[in-house]
Amino acid sequence: MDLKDKLLASFMAFENTGSLDLDSKVHEIRTEAIERFEQNGFPTRKDEEWKYTSLNSLLKTDYSVFPKSETGIEFKEVKKYFLHEIESYKIVFVDGVYSSFLSDTSHEGADICILSSALKQPKYKMVIDHYFGNVASEKDSLTSLNTAFSKEGVFVNVPKNTVLPKPIQVLYFSTGSEKEIMLQPRNLIVAGENSHVQIYERHQNLSDNVVLTNAVTEIFAAKRAIVDAYKIQNDRPSSSLIDNTYVQQKDSSIVSVNTYSFGGNLIRNNLEFHHEGQHITSNLNGITVISDKQHVDNHTLVHHKHENCESHELYKGIFDGKSTGVFNGKVIVNKEAQKTNAFQQNDNILIGDKSSINTKPQLEIFADDVKCSHGCTIGQLDEKALFYMQSRGIPEKEARGLMLFAFCNEAVEKIKIPALKSRIIKLLAEKLDVELDLDL
Amino acid sequence: MLHITNLHAGIEDREILKGINLEVKPGEVHAIMGPNGSGKSTLSSVIAGNETYEVMDGEIEFQDESILELAPDERAHKGIFMSFQYPVEIPGVSTTNFIKTAINSKRKAQGLDDIPAKDMLKMIREKSQLLDMDRKFLSRSLNEGFSGGEKKRNEIFQMAMLEPRLAILDETDSGLDIDALKIVANGVNKLRNENNAVIVITHYQRLLEYIVPDFVHVLHDGKIVKSGGKELAHELEDKGYDWLKN
Repeated sequence: MDLKDKLLASFMAFENTGSLDLDSKVHEIRTEAIERFEQNGFPTRKDEEWKYTSLNSLLKTDYSVFPKSETGIEFKEVKKYFLHEIESYKIVFVDGVYSSFLSDTSHEGADICILSSALKQPKYKMVIDHYFGNVASEKDSLTSLNTAFSKEGVFVNVPKNTVLPKPIQVLYFSTGSEKEIMLQPRNLIVAGENSHVQIYERHQNLSDNVVLTNAVTEIFAAKRAIVDAYKIQNDRPSSSLIDNTYVQQKDSSIVSVNTYSFGGNLIRNNLEFHHEGQHITSNLNGITVISDKQHVDNHTLVHHKHENCESHELYKGIFDGKSTGVFNGKVIVNKEAQKTNAFQQNDNILIGDKSSINTKPQLEIFADDVKCSHGCTIGQLDEKALFYMQSRGIPEKEARGLMLFAFCNEAVEKIKIPALKSRIIKLLAEKLDVELDLDL
Repeated sequence: MLHITNLHAGIEDREILKGINLEVKPGEVHAIMGPNGSGKSTLSSVIAGNETYEVMDGEIEFQDESILELAPDERAHKGIFMSFQYPVEIPGVSTTNFIKTAINSKRKAQGLDDIPAKDMLKMIREKSQLLDMDRKFLSRSLNEGFSGGEKKRNEIFQMAMLEPRLAILDETDSGLDIDALKIVANGVNKLRNENNAVIVITHYQRLLEYIVPDFVHVLHDGKIVKSGGKELAHELEDKGYDWLKN
């Protein structure tokens, strides 16, 4: 039985677990989603959006698709994956199951908890019914698949005028309890008017067993809300991640999604921003540093629908070994969206002789009074600059590292959580084999 | 200090330097002049260790040791400094951090600890004053968006910070107006002493008004065709290079 058939058959079993409210609106959305998945199946390279990323090798695996009961892990085993040096809310999943032991949730001032329990309580159910599935794509087959099996994930509901006093950390661990496992977390983040939310997310495989994660996060930012999301993708070569993030923004909100891809087998980031108001700012930043046969695909969409909004997009990539990258940045500016400012930049350095990047800016502009710019560069390290640095006494290895580090620096500067910034700098230095104390 | 014998070098099969002999002693200033394409910049690049150029024959000794097998950074650690004709822009690295990394790389090679921050700051203050530099340049990305004059001044600032034994100034005067030229020359003069040496590479005599050479060598078609004292520079200014070509 191939994976698609297995998943379709599993949906019936999923419905029969007894833990779902089959009469709910959410379940109606699930049922429609499984039908769409049945119709469309997994995307193939014939789909324009998947031209340079093949899922074939991932789909041959016989994944275990239902999370079993919780596998206990000690905090000290996984401490290093947390930003443990700062205060934070924590939501932790182990093999797809919520770990109350490792988590630190809250209902004081804001609801920072999990979807499965929120679904069972009427007061949260209203919020969920209002937002769930509202911005997630119905065209994307993998998103439909996630929607169909949606049950567990993060539920964050921040009321208006609330500034969360600390960031939310979300960690997804897999322990290798199954030889091959498929995980589908589903997150819903609702930021009320004038609220401020910071969220840090990381998927981490603790064994060399195979993990495929197909995650969907929906973010709703009400008027003047500020949401900063950070994604660290530095997993083992046995793990693959398809990360779908859908953002809907109202007037004067500012949402930033920052993606740092340093490790994993195959990573596909789908990022969509939909504007439902004016004076909105959307920021998309990414740094990719990969090697060996790793593959990272960043697909972004910013849909400007109304006047006076702006988007800033900056993606940097360094590709070593036989690694491959894809950047596809789509910006749509509707006819009504006058005075739009949309900027997009994708810069890449290929270090490996066999590394490659396919980069494609895609601008569809229907308004006439707009400022839109895009640029992409693909290059190698400047040999003249290397000689210059060496002639001043900096050895070649350090000179290379320093230049690559400097290349990424612009995107590192966007990080607003100091502890996270130092963490990213440290990870980058490790990846680029540079000695620290550069404090650029 | 620097001893070049029968140096042949070029790019791939094209020979550019065709047998250079040059001896530079501590405390001396040598000027190497010559028309475009005579091999002046090739000579400085080869001394600094630019791997674009291949040494086909001959020897370069610095402080009685051959340096031909040394990487550019190892040559820098021994005290060779080259001021670039076209300094490279390095976005994302500030001049201060760049120079700190350079100084600490040299110290590391000598088995020393990193330079204390206090000493570093003091040195930066002194040397930037010497060159009349606006210190806001030091926190900006190295050479990025600098004017030609600012870049050249930054080169001499780095030279002042690194305190080389042998400084090679490759066309440092090009792109400088007379005021900037005086400041740069003044900086170089203040850094001179009996233990270090300077090679000034230039097309024009102008810079030599301010950095007065002990010896002038004329390079033509990859060879030194005439050597003399500082009066040779004036003669070249009057007569041009053509009288030497035959």
